Amino acid sequence: MATDLATLRSPARTAHREVPHTVSPGLWTLAWRRLRSDRVGMVSLAIVVVFIVMMILSGTGLIASDWAREVGVNYAPPSFIGPEQATGPLATPEIGAQTQGAAGAPLEFKSTVVDPLGDVISELKGERPKPAVEAPPPASSAAEEEKSVDPLADVMADIRKGKGKAESAAVEDRKATLPLGGDKWGRDVLKKTIKGSETSIFVGLAAAVLATALGTLFGAIAGYYGKWVDDFFNWFYSVFSSIPDLLLILSVAAVLQRKGTMTIVLILGLTGWTGVFRLMRAEYLKHKGREYVQAADAIGASNGRRMFLHIFPNVSHVVLVQLSILVVAFIKAEVILSFLGFGVPVDVVSWGSMLNEAQNELILGKWWQLAAAGTAMAILVTAFSLFTDALRDALDPKLKGRIRA
Amino acid sequence: MTAYIIRRIWQMIPTMLGVVLLVFFLFNWVGGDPAYVLAGKISNQEQIDNIRRQLGVDQPFYVQLGIFIKQILTGDFGASWSTNERVSHILVTRLGPSLTVLIPLLVLSTTISIALALAVAYVRGSLTDRMVMIVSTIGLSISILVYIIVFQYVFAYKLGWFPVQGWGDSFTENLVLYASLPILIGLTVSIAPNLRLYRTFVLDEINQDYVRTARAKGVSENRIMWLHVLRNASIPIITHLMAALPGLLLGSFLIERFFSIPGIGREVILAVERSDFPVIKAITVYVAFATMATNLLADLTYKAVDPRVQLK
Repeated sequence: MATDLATLRSPARTAHREVPHTVSPGLWTLAWRRLRSDRVGMVSLAIVVVFIVMMILSGTGLIASDWAREVGVNYAPPSFIGPEQATGPLATPEIGAQTQGAAGAPLEFKSTVVDPLGDVISELKGERPKPAVEAPPPASSAAEEEKSVDPLADVMADIRKGKGKAESAAVEDRKATLPLGGDKWGRDVLKKTIKGSETSIFVGLAAAVLATALGTLFGAIAGYYGKWVDDFFNWFYSVFSSIPDLLLILSVAAVLQRKGTMTIVLILGLTGWTGVFRLMRAEYLKHKGREYVQAADAIGASNGRRMFLHIFPNVSHVVLVQLSILVVAFIKAEVILSFLGFGVPVDVVSWGSMLNEAQNELILGKWWQLAAAGTAMAILVTAFSLFTDALRDALDPKLKGRIRA
Repeated sequence: MTAYIIRRIWQMIPTMLGVVLLVFFLFNWVGGDPAYVLAGKISNQEQIDNIRRQLGVDQPFYVQLGIFIKQILTGDFGASWSTNERVSHILVTRLGPSLTVLIPLLVLSTTISIALALAVAYVRGSLTDRMVMIVSTIGLSISILVYIIVFQYVFAYKLGWFPVQGWGDSFTENLVLYASLPILIGLTVSIAPNLRLYRTFVLDEINQDYVRTARAKGVSENRIMWLHVLRNASIPIITHLMAALPGLLLGSFLIERFFSIPGIGREVILAVERSDFPVIKAITVYVAFATMATNLLADLTYKAVDPRVQLK
């Protein structure tokens, strides 16, 4: 009757304080022990922790807060390659012209181009001596125009170009190379990647927490109460799960015209709860008739208490595994959404928006931004997936035996 | 069997209504008055008023819902807000290109994944098995965007083996010329996760008693793997395949967008970019219905493959 002891633990302990008893290790201790012996799991956990620490440091402004500063020359190559020999014309001018203006072209060409936003830029320059990464308010209404990729990209490009011209006189010592290269405006790709990982990981974690919380709550209520409540939530579930995830996400993105980090968190969180719901409902169905729940009922625990204080700790390992599966899925989804321009706003950098810029850069032969964002994401996602596998094995060793037989 | 199908379709009705309500709630309530969206694209006030009247914006909600349900049943969603093309025409014409890419992709990806899964499961635990698993885990972690960007750059732009993008009028030309690189990318992206999953399905079967029995009576290893094991492992594989089917239609939307293939997926992205609500509404509702239909189809196939399954 080990389960009954759990509910009586606190009074029992005070009564028999002097009786020496060895506490047998609980689920979490055992799981931690198993996880620690899993070398792949521990390495991937370390990598995940490094990324999360990086996210926190970047979020609090300790590192990479000056990512928007244009410290290098345009398209500064990575240091391990060395500075570019010919900084003059583009290798493939005809394609360069197709991709968003002549940002890579020599400076003297720029001055001949009539800049329709010249007034706006001079205003901006006067008002904001610091890097103006915010889009001017009138331009944001143009976001609904029917342009592919990012409708504000050209505006931003013009602003930055103008700003770059102004700064290039002031800042003479632009570096010829940067650790991981520079982007179109000479910003440090390394710092951009760190800042981008902050956005992507934050969105992944926050949305996963929201989705898991919703799925757990719905699953708990449906599984615990049963009857018509269960029928209702099952109906709700089948409605949400019969629309393919991406279509649902895109529909919500189409309707919510506001762009922002919190908007994506909401979109992903509100649409991604179905998988957690199904599992949690099954777990609650299984647990609600168990003896320890009956015991809790007998001592007068309320429904809410039984659901979240008694049953929840016993199913929380399922929640944890689902949470980490969702984090990976949402990081991938955020990258795609931001790439398409439905994700983070233009003044926020994420891996998806970096890949979007990198798409045009690659044709010019500037591969480093693509490599940096792609590799950073691949490392995190690999580590997170392997960690999830290790976590599942550690929490549910029966499964491991079955699959790896 | 017929009674079962009829009952299942009957049970689908509440879910269908739910989908309709959800889409209606999103676009008519959260989306707000379409005049705000339309103002950016149509300058003619009369036209805007016309669309508002068609949608019944000034009417009570139940009238608007009635209009929406009628639209779904008749398949007449009016005209696109951006291109003025009939929505029904958009749906019909965009399906072909999507399927031209999807069907070969699905067939190839499933065949290759199953063959590889059988092979690596057969040598489970060996170096080959572990290497394949590591490679597919890493392959799985790289964003599909990186695959598309790099493949398009290397194979189409640099090496010139394929056209960079485009779509023609003749089916053969499309399939051979324009669809081959998208299919190749689709294969690269889809084989890794499929292989990992199918391998576990095969592993679940490979240690069963019937395999030992077959081996004991002298059945060749090939026959055991391809006939005995595969037939049993195919049950979860079919379920997975069927469940993934409607998503695939959209899953290739990035590929369609990059290669300018005029398919359903690209249409969804264009519609979201242009706030073209009628098109998104129509695609969402019909894809949801298609999902329910394939779920039913999956259960029926399940029964056909495994006689032990009892349909209730």
